[in-house]
Amino acid sequence: MDVNKNSYTFGFAAIMVIVVAVILSGTSIILKDAQDSNVELEKKQNILKSVGVDIIRDSAAIEYDNYIIDQLVLNHLGETQEGSAFDVDLSKEIKKDISEQKLPLYIAEVDDELKYIIPLRGKGLWGPICGFISFNDDFNTVFAAVFDHKGETPGLGAEINKSFFQDPFKGKTILEEGEFVSILVQKGGANGDIHKVDGISGGTITSDGVTDMLNERLKRYLPYFRLMEDNKEEKEVSAAMQAVNIDEKRDTISNIGKRIVD
Amino acid sequence: MSKKETLFSKKNKKLITDPLDSDNPVTVQVLGICSALAITVQLKPAIVMAISVLVVLSVANVVISLMRKLIPSRIRIIVQLVVIATLVILVDQILKAYVYDVSKELSVFVGLIITNCIIMGRLEAFGMANGPWKSFLDGIGNSFGYAWILIAVAFFRELLGSGTLFEIQIIPLSWYIENGGFYANNGMMILPPMALITVGIIIWIQRVKNKSLVESK
Repeated sequence: MDVNKNSYTFGFAAIMVIVVAVILSGTSIILKDAQDSNVELEKKQNILKSVGVDIIRDSAAIEYDNYIIDQLVLNHLGETQEGSAFDVDLSKEIKKDISEQKLPLYIAEVDDELKYIIPLRGKGLWGPICGFISFNDDFNTVFAAVFDHKGETPGLGAEINKSFFQDPFKGKTILEEGEFVSILVQKGGANGDIHKVDGISGGTITSDGVTDMLNERLKRYLPYFRLMEDNKEEKEVSAAMQAVNIDEKRDTISNIGKRIVD
Repeated sequence: MSKKETLFSKKNKKLITDPLDSDNPVTVQVLGICSALAITVQLKPAIVMAISVLVVLSVANVVISLMRKLIPSRIRIIVQLVVIATLVILVDQILKAYVYDVSKELSVFVGLIITNCIIMGRLEAFGMANGPWKSFLDGIGNSFGYAWILIAVAFFRELLGSGTLFEIQIIPLSWYIENGGFYANNGMMILPPMALITVGIIIWIQRVKNKSLVESK
C-alpha cells in the first residue's frame, strides 16, 4: 500500500480525527460528574476558608451548610434579587454591563458574628485569578481572604494561594474616612499601611491583578454596604426605642401590681 | 527488534543510559529548555512535570512507533502532535476527576507538555524509525535525562532562592539578617535567567568530565 497517495493521506487524517474525537468526548462525558463535584466542593471549601474555616475538601459540603446562612444575589443598587449566590457564574457576570450584573454575596455566621463574603474574579498574568474576601459587620474591616488562580507561574504569581500572601489581608480596611480606597498589593512592602499588603517578588503582574480585582469587585458592593449600614443604624435606634418601651411597660405593669396590692 | 536481541541487550540499555549523560536532551541536544526555565523555581512542580513528561513521552513514542508504517510522511508532524495532544488531554481529564489536587498543581504545565520539544523531537527522530519496545526505552531514557536536569536545577533554585526544599525551611531561620544573622536569600535565583545560568553551569561541569562532548577547534 502506498502511504503517500493523496487519497490515503486524506483518509488517514479523517479517520484519525474521528477516532481522537470519539476518545476525547467519551472520556469527557464519563468523567464530567466527578470533575464537576470536585469543582463545586473546592468552591465551598474556598468560601469557608475565606471566613477562617480551614477544612479538607471532602467535608466541605456538610460544613458549608453549617456556616453559610444566606446566599444572596444583589443588583448594582445593592438590592436583593431572586436566586442563589452559589449558582452565579462570576466569569460571565463580569463581562456584562454593571447595571445588568448579578452580584453574589454569601453571609456566614462564625462564632456568633456575621461575616459577609464577596467572591472575586480578575485577570492575572496567564489567565483568570479568583478568590473570596470576607468582611466584618462594620463593612470595612477584612476578616480573611483567599485567592486562587488558573495558571499563574509556579513559585512566583502562583504564590497568591499561599497563606503568607493571604494572611496579611486580615484586619486591613477598605474605607478611609468613609471613602472607598480598596486594598493595594504593594511591591516593595506595605510597611504597616492599613490599606496595603506586601506583593510577591517576581509576581508583579499577578500582584497588580489582585489589586485591580479587589478594586473593581469591592466597589460594586458599596451600595449594599451603605444600605446595610443605614439599616443597622435604624435597627439600633429602633432597638433603643424598644428598650425604652419595654421599660415603660414594665413600669405600668409594676404600677398595676402595686395598685392591686394596695 | 530482531529475535536475536534480548529485551535488555547492551544496545537497548544504551537507549536508557545515553540520554542521562552523553546524549542528554537538555544539556546536549538543548531541547526542552523553555520548561526548564519556567518550572524550576521549586522542586515539587519540577518533579511533577518530570513524571508527566515521562508518562506522555513513553506512551506517545510507543503509539507513534506502532503506527509508523501507516503514517503518511507529509502529515507525520501533525499526526505526532495529535497523538501528544490527545494523551495530554486524557491525562489532564483523568487527573481532574480523580486526583484533583495534583491536577491543580500541574495547571499550566499540562499545556507546556504539548509544546515540549523533547517529545516531538523523540517521536520524529526515534519513534518513527524504531519498534515499540525500543521506542518505549528511548522515551523512558530521555525522560530521565530531562528529569535529572530539571530536578538538579530546581534543587539549587529553591534552596538558594527561597531557603527551602519541598517548601520546608532548610536554611536555619536564625541565619537570616532580619533575625540577626548574616544570610539572605538570593532573589535572582527565583527569576528565569538564573535557570539558564544554572543549566549552563551543569553543561560546563558535564563537558569538563566528558571530553567527548567538547567540539574540536
